[in-house]
Amino acid sequence: MKNTQNSLGTYLKTHWKTVVFLIVVLIGIGIADQMVNSFVRRLLNLSAIYTIVALSMNLINGFTGQFSLGQAGFMAIGAYTVAIFTVPVGLRATIFYMAPMAPFLANIQLPFVVALLLGGVLTTIVAFLIGAPCLRLRGDYLAIATLGFSEIIRIVFTNTQTITNGALGIKSIPTISSLWWTFGTAIIIIIACFLLISSSYGRAFKSIREDEIAAEAMGVGLFKTKMTSFLISAFFTGIGGGLYAALLGTVDPKQFYFTLTYNFVLIIVLGGMGSISGTIISSFIVTLGQEALRFLDEPMAFGLDLPIFKPGLRMVVFSFLLMVVVLFYRKGLMGTNELTWDFIGQKYQSIKARFTKKAASTQGGDK
Amino acid sequence: MVVGMTLSTFLQQLINGLSLGSLYALIAIGYTMVYGILKLINFAHGDIFMMAAYFAYFGIAVFLLPWYVTFIITILLTMALGALIERTAYRPLREAPKTSLLISAIGVSFLLENLATYLFSGKPQAFPEFPAMTTPIFVGGISIQPVSVAIPIVAFVLMTAILFIINKTKVGMAMRAVSVDYDTAKLMGIKIDNVISSTFALGSGLAAVGALLWCMKYPSVLPLMGVVPGLKCFIAAVIGGIGNVKGAVIGGLILGFSEVLMVAFFPAMTGYRDAVAFIILIVILLFLPNGILGKKQVEKV
Amino acid sequence: MKKALSLLLCLALVATMTAGCSGSSSKSDSDVIKVGVFEPLTGANASGGELELEGVQLANKARPEVLGKKVELVTADNKSDKAEATTAAARLIEKDKVCAILGSWGSSLSMAAGDLVKSNKVPAIALSATNPQVTLGNDYYFRVCFLDPFQGTVMANYAAKTLGAKKVAIVQEVSNDYSVGLAKFFTDAFTKLTGDSSAIVATGNYNTGDQDFNGILTNIKATNPDVIFAPGNYTESALLIKQARALGITCPIIGGDTWETNEFITVGGADVEGAVMSTFFDDTNPPTEAGKTMVTAYKAEYPDRANVPAVTALGYDGYMLLLDAIERAGSADPQAIRDALAQTKDFEGATGMITINENGDAEKDGAIIKVVKDGKFTYLDNVTITK
Repeated sequence: MKNTQNSLGTYLKTHWKTVVFLIVVLIGIGIADQMVNSFVRRLLNLSAIYTIVALSMNLINGFTGQFSLGQAGFMAIGAYTVAIFTVPVGLRATIFYMAPMAPFLANIQLPFVVALLLGGVLTTIVAFLIGAPCLRLRGDYLAIATLGFSEIIRIVFTNTQTITNGALGIKSIPTISSLWWTFGTAIIIIIACFLLISSSYGRAFKSIREDEIAAEAMGVGLFKTKMTSFLISAFFTGIGGGLYAALLGTVDPKQFYFTLTYNFVLIIVLGGMGSISGTIISSFIVTLGQEALRFLDEPMAFGLDLPIFKPGLRMVVFSFLLMVVVLFYRKGLMGTNELTWDFIGQKYQSIKARFTKKAASTQGGDK
Repeated sequence: MVVGMTLSTFLQQLINGLSLGSLYALIAIGYTMVYGILKLINFAHGDIFMMAAYFAYFGIAVFLLPWYVTFIITILLTMALGALIERTAYRPLREAPKTSLLISAIGVSFLLENLATYLFSGKPQAFPEFPAMTTPIFVGGISIQPVSVAIPIVAFVLMTAILFIINKTKVGMAMRAVSVDYDTAKLMGIKIDNVISSTFALGSGLAAVGALLWCMKYPSVLPLMGVVPGLKCFIAAVIGGIGNVKGAVIGGLILGFSEVLMVAFFPAMTGYRDAVAFIILIVILLFLPNGILGKKQVEKV
Repeated sequence: MKKALSLLLCLALVATMTAGCSGSSSKSDSDVIKVGVFEPLTGANASGGELELEGVQLANKARPEVLGKKVELVTADNKSDKAEATTAAARLIEKDKVCAILGSWGSSLSMAAGDLVKSNKVPAIALSATNPQVTLGNDYYFRVCFLDPFQGTVMANYAAKTLGAKKVAIVQEVSNDYSVGLAKFFTDAFTKLTGDSSAIVATGNYNTGDQDFNGILTNIKATNPDVIFAPGNYTESALLIKQARALGITCPIIGGDTWETNEFITVGGADVEGAVMSTFFDDTNPPTEAGKTMVTAYKAEYPDRANVPAVTALGYDGYMLLLDAIERAGSADPQAIRDALAQTKDFEGATGMITINENGDAEKDGAIIKVVKDGKFTYLDNVTITK
């Protein structure tokens, strides 16, 4: 992608396909927002939120190569911020019936957008405190330390009764149902990621992924760059968590058990570590697929009473799928490629070549 | 809030800590062995432990085999399972980046948990009772279950056995060689695949012994029972210095004692108990990254 | 080869997905009334969910039709997980278009569906969810069992009056809202009964899934309580009681309705003998004719089971009450069913007479106290508390 646009005109000239595509997407969302029933709407909303969180996880894991497993904890911070600050003041006494809400919070109610951004900011602050010691660790140590912090966040939230209402969780959070909130945020974050990745920061991220020592020798500040990536990732995750709380209408510490993070690992591995478009595609595949495969849990699938169809089969299929991807298609759907117009063109050419000339298929554009 | 504590209460808590810590130690040895040789956090170790518990449950409660037959079969089956996992999920990725291996480990863990939920249902199964091991003996107001004494003894014996294997046998020598330098070991004619397989089998066997003792003490078998012990035992291995068998035992004991003593001295904080392990982990990683007995790692360029 | 394989895999996936979708939506004719059953069938609460589902199925077998139409049960597994619970409930309401929902075991799971049933105006009946928040401020959620403040009072009375306890220790599952709530209601009632604000001598917290309670119990042993109140999940509670006995704690250990599952006894073994809990139903002495019919039907369906679990009886009641409401409403329109449910008065359920009050709760002033005796849940007492 070229980055030397000096006026809107030239930009539109070189990227007209992308602009048209974006407009089509926006119109599509607008139509979908009017047409679909609330069940499909919920699934689409969830897919968009998963896209946000998975994308932010890919930023640190796929692009910067730092294996961090703290997503569930970061989501919890964003989700709880939205929950605490948007629940109507009048309902708080009934929700916090075990112990009243801490007085300094009890009467503060913020508009949704402010609470959402605040959630992102708070998540970033916590991420800074976590990252300062952890990002000096390498590889699997970083993974286990971030996972540990994620669990600590959850345990703290379980025990701070007057702030988070402990195990009782917070319900009656004003919900969002329009697709614009989630898709709007997702599109902004996707664009931000594209811009970031193609900037000098993005090149620094990738250089660390490829070879830390070489990157350092080239003058990339390792710690500073890792931290930048980690904080941006945390900010987006916090926003994703906030949207998640507003979609479900209820939060509870148990939702943010570290296995939630595994969902996002599945998504980024399937989509390709280091591919934005791959992450988007696979977020939708995984979220909609989990729902579509629900019939596997029902004893009467395909109208036959087969004993293999019982609750739990769906998750077995999903984890099996993950293993297949990890072992045989290590690059996932997209590898580190992006779904650009050139990429599509190449694919199209290679497929066409294969059909017209079978013998030539070995040297197709397939990477 | 610190409770004024009688001596017998304190001694009781020490015994609680010793038996819990020794259980952690047993499972931590398996972690440390695998890490030592592959430099991989085997996320599936806790789930191998869980599968061992199910093997034993099915042997005794469903197939009605005598306990000693069941124990032997359980250990052998778990060893086979460990080697099988290594063969199918880790070996194909040996040349791949470390992250792929780690993701594969998470995937195996996820698959085993879901498979167990599907096959055995999410319901807890009652592990058969061993009255000879669980009927407590009271010594001056302190209750001691025979199993609480057996656990540290078994842990110590097995640690000694593993140390003997590693230091005195040919396989052990090969393990150490692979752990020090993978490529050179290969050049020296060591059959890497066999060595790694036997390491996994040994580690999983220890997890099986841990599971048997665990279930005698805490007799319920669940698909997710391995998750928390798995994480904690990994932490124990890191505390002691990962890759070091003695370190794993020391780390397990430290973790067991800290958890119990925190509950003993700060009863108001019991809700934070699971956080203790993670806090210790982070402190160790920051100030003593190689653990208590770990060797300093030299970074290879 | 690899590409062909991947293509095949994708095709298979797409084929199964479309087959699954078309398979489940083919029967949408109007001569069937669809009732959603929303239960945890996998995960930590699977046992409870299964027991309730059995009750609903038993009732469905006994009364398969209403208004001349066949009643079809649509089950949705909420995996004992709140996030799954909202999608599962959304699926029942929005995709399967059920006219009402029964469930779920576990108050927090029911609450997760609360906003959905409210905004979609589909009535739901909680079967054994005892937390007050389930129906509070929600005109579409009803319930057929008693509430935790009542249950806490019942157990506090039992501890103070029947057992003559002065000092009580509480062990609660801190990550479970049911347990935390019940512990609080018990504390309030017990301190009021004894007039002693320091009657609770120790409180221990544990997390769902914990297996080692020796540390907490050793502390509690040192305070020497007369009774231990330990509401929580059946597995953890059974392990807790086992460890308490092994530590030489001999005082009575009492708990709440969640204990009454088969696993509590199989895991706890001889050590849970004498454990006392409050519950909803006693099958040896059903309070109504409907109860007797239900017990007979249950024994015929499951001849090898020892007794009828209380939550199964509640599942039966929930279904029967719903069908009664549909009949009274004269249609399967969700709004009409809701209005009929709200006006329920003296409906004869298996667990007693049911009258729905202005909060949507069944007015129940009696609870059964059971004890584990010879490996069975045995009737001990019948407590009535008038407000």
